[in-house]
Amino acid sequence: MTDVLVVAELLEGKPKKATLVAVSFARQAAEGTSGAFDILVIGEGAGGAAGELTGFGARKVSTAEIAGGYVAEKYAATVAKVAKDGGYGVVAATATSNGRELVARVAGKLEAGYAGDIIGVEVKGGSLAYRRSMYAGNVRGTLTLSTPVHCVTLRQSEFDAAEPSGGSSPVEEVAVVQDEVASKIEFVSQEVVKSERPELTDADVVVAGGRALKSADNFINVLEPLVDALGAAMGASRAACDAGYVANDLQVGQTGKVVAPNLYIAVGISGAIQHLAGMKGSKTIVAINKDKEAPIAQVADYFLVADLFDVVPKLTEEVAKLKG
Amino acid sequence: MKILVPCKRVSDPDNANKVKVQGDAVVAEGLEWKPNPFDDWAVEAALRLTENAAKNERVGEVVVLSIGPADAAQQIRQFLAMGAERGVLIAGDDAQLDSWVVARAMKAVVDKEQPDLVVMGKQSADAESGAVGPILAELLGWPMATQVQTIATEDGGKTFTIGREIDGGLIRLKVSAPAVVTVSDRIVRPDAVKNGVTPADHSYPESDSGRYASLKGIMQAKKKPIEQLQLSDLGVEPTLTGSYTDFAKPPERTGQTTFVESVEELVQKLHTEAKVI
Repeated sequence: MTDVLVVAELLEGKPKKATLVAVSFARQAAEGTSGAFDILVIGEGAGGAAGELTGFGARKVSTAEIAGGYVAEKYAATVAKVAKDGGYGVVAATATSNGRELVARVAGKLEAGYAGDIIGVEVKGGSLAYRRSMYAGNVRGTLTLSTPVHCVTLRQSEFDAAEPSGGSSPVEEVAVVQDEVASKIEFVSQEVVKSERPELTDADVVVAGGRALKSADNFINVLEPLVDALGAAMGASRAACDAGYVANDLQVGQTGKVVAPNLYIAVGISGAIQHLAGMKGSKTIVAINKDKEAPIAQVADYFLVADLFDVVPKLTEEVAKLKG
Repeated sequence: MKILVPCKRVSDPDNANKVKVQGDAVVAEGLEWKPNPFDDWAVEAALRLTENAAKNERVGEVVVLSIGPADAAQQIRQFLAMGAERGVLIAGDDAQLDSWVVARAMKAVVDKEQPDLVVMGKQSADAESGAVGPILAELLGWPMATQVQTIATEDGGKTFTIGREIDGGLIRLKVSAPAVVTVSDRIVRPDAVKNGVTPADHSYPESDSGRYASLKGIMQAKKKPIEQLQLSDLGVEPTLTGSYTDFAKPPERTGQTTFVESVEELVQKLHTEAKVI
């Protein structure tokens, strides 16, 4: 029997969707070992946010109110204390930038083994084992941890967001533990780009552009209409991000986001191995490229050999017609 | 300023698709060993923090640390050729290492070397775990900044202003040394690193990797010292926290690529065949 502690992630006082993905993992993990799961909401606005997480079947929702912006050093000691006091076998969060570093730091406090960015969970000989992807998506392996506590982060694209299950978990406040190291780091500010589009990591459709788009303006004028006609999230290759055509956080690949939508349209992306690592789990892959020998062909289901500037506006029109 | 840069050698990441699996082992036969690209970026960041780029002058020390078999010294030499001052190689076999063993070994070296900063890649290109930096920071009781894309200091390295990537944007931090910093690829952008010594208007060339070694650098690297250590010298037990089984290649994408002739054909196929729009 393994009890799981989910660490919720907040953005401006609200739980991020990533949290529900971790809840879905926790349900699977707890059910697989006949255990239970709880949620710890930590950060500024934790008390207010807890109410949004009481309908998902957690045994309880704990809150730790910590003012100011997120830094792992302010949170880790409290997470570790709650984990220890509650006798949890697993501490889990979604592998967002913050989730990864926080849970790994907590692992440091708990002397726990760490399974990062997992793509699946299974029960092996009564205990949990974690499926991981490695080598830029070219190898998978199952990691069995031998420490009493496991610290786990999970890849958002590989788990569905939990649906409400009814009921109402009790909410309790826990004491915040001060950590001396927190005085050595200061949160200054945060800039988060707000977008009406779906999040890259859980969109049904992703349209991604490469360096062949040639400019930021072309992303706006040529690619974005297609993105919006499809109700898609927009992604980009590392080259396009590095060239400054789009924001860094749209990067798909080993150094960016890993996505697995139903439909991935790669526009003017040649398909470096690091890019393929971020999207080859997509159900249907379309490539639009002038070069039919481009490596993206290795993973593409459909390939339109053409100059993107000739065909993308037309594709946008056809999609709009179909959807209209 | 003294910076320790832990580095890992990985099988050629540009040919990761050629890695094979045999039951409980990953086999990278025929693939060249390369420095982990994320660590290449870390070395570049460390060099920029410890130089006057306008005068091509070193003003600090970069120590490269690796844990691996004897021939991992080659990858350390590559970083020494870029400009790092010296190396430390702890003997170890990948199969007997995990994030915890590595973090403990690094802590022992940090205790000995007393650097102002540990700068490392945000993850390795093979295991992709990214846990060593945070665990090391916790073991040291140091603050950390992960996935860092900009770093600046103006007081000789007592405090750092840092931009770290988060989902959807950026967090700005002020961190007191000593600290652990893990970097993203964006740390090699022209204006990503400012150290208060290199003139503020200096801009590094556009690149998607660390600097290339000069011929002079390669010659000098041959004479730079690499200290050889054993885990036992550092009092570190190689006790693993976990083990891998059931290695497998991901499912192959089924089916051939269908080359379509027109936008109409593409839309029709996506609608009626793939049923995704």
